[in-house]
Amino acid sequence: MQRIINFILSYRNAFLYGFLMVVSLVLTIRSHSYHQSKFFNSSKWVSGNIYGTAANISSYFGLREENQRLVEENQELRKLLFNQKSNVGAVPVDSLALDFEVINADVIKNSFSSPRNYLTINKGKKQGIATDMGVITTKGILGIVENTSSNFSTVQSLLNTKSNINAKIKNTNYFGSLTWDVGDYNVVQLVDIPRLVPLVVGDTIVTGAMSSIFPENIPIGVIKKYDLDNSRSFYHIDVELFNDMSNIKNVYLIINRNKEEIQELEARTQNE
Amino acid sequence: MNSTLLINGLRFVLLVLTQVLIFNTLNFLGFINPLVYVIFFYWYPIKSNRAFFMLTAFLLGFMIDFFSDTLALHSMSSLTVAYVRPVIMRFCFGVNYEFQNFSFRNTTKIQRLTFLGLLVLIHQVVFFSLEIMSLSHFLLILKKVFATGIVTLVICALFSSLFSPQSE
Repeated sequence: MQRIINFILSYRNAFLYGFLMVVSLVLTIRSHSYHQSKFFNSSKWVSGNIYGTAANISSYFGLREENQRLVEENQELRKLLFNQKSNVGAVPVDSLALDFEVINADVIKNSFSSPRNYLTINKGKKQGIATDMGVITTKGILGIVENTSSNFSTVQSLLNTKSNINAKIKNTNYFGSLTWDVGDYNVVQLVDIPRLVPLVVGDTIVTGAMSSIFPENIPIGVIKKYDLDNSRSFYHIDVELFNDMSNIKNVYLIINRNKEEIQELEARTQNE
Repeated sequence: MNSTLLINGLRFVLLVLTQVLIFNTLNFLGFINPLVYVIFFYWYPIKSNRAFFMLTAFLLGFMIDFFSDTLALHSMSSLTVAYVRPVIMRFCFGVNYEFQNFSFRNTTKIQRLTFLGLLVLIHQVVFFSLEIMSLSHFLLILKKVFATGIVTLVICALFSSLFSPQSE
């Protein structure tokens, strides 16, 4: 017994190293296969506030550009509104009849150089944000909310090896999944599009109708190049994003009001 | 004794803030984010309780993980660096670093640079291999280790000559 204790004491540093290493490995591997850790993420009060303060200062440097982008979007939306056949603007729309609601937020921390990227935004539970809401910018989709605290949330970016979003080719119903292969931060991959689909470089990719997170037809990007995958029956498509992932400030969160109903129905169907 | 604790505590906080607010958002050439907090292990007192040093290193990594949503990658790489630091020191400065009167002042510039370089290298290798965690991206790991490693080394060398405690 004495010897065992002596042995442990003489190698106590190695044991400490091994112990801490195993703890962190378990944490990391668990988060690889499933979700980001619920407790240790940057949506928490301390980190959120520090990032918030820093973003508050640095956001002044991009105001002109950001204004320009928002004005352009407004112009686009006005055009849509004026060219609408029925006169929607005249009658106040019943807010209960809407399927989707939109909340705006600011990105206070962005990352795009690691294999698993997360963004932090400055809205949280108090403002009605919940896990699994879709996040978009004026140009296209960005990601999905993963964790929320009372005033901040973290968003799993498209540029995350765990990300898997339903997407399709515009004006068709051929859909596949959007993944990322850790390469270029402005290019993502669309897989599972069958071989018989006619493709052209430059075709637009939009979100599909299969998910209850994003509405259909939100722009994602254009086809940059495509080839067949190993099984020779599906395409492997490189999609160049509309978003500049390195420069993101204002985002919109999408709340799907029918989501619970859809999920409940799906769960019930599966159980039967 | 108390003042070393205070100085290292202050360094700890400042390095975490510098890392997460400045160097994590640098994205030089699109992917280079130098991990400058490694300089903490270069500055940390030589004669110290090893277990305490490892715990501090773990905590430092963990704080940075907490901010950058990387879970435990920084913790693991800092812990490893802290664990192997005595071996690197013996390699760079010879056996006499264990003696009472040893200090950085009696070492040459080359020795110190090798020491810093090895710390950075080990940190980078552990970090990026664990971050990507697949051998199919071996070239990507190499590219990241070398590009980020060199930038980190340059910035750390600048830091160490700027804020050196020995240059009074």
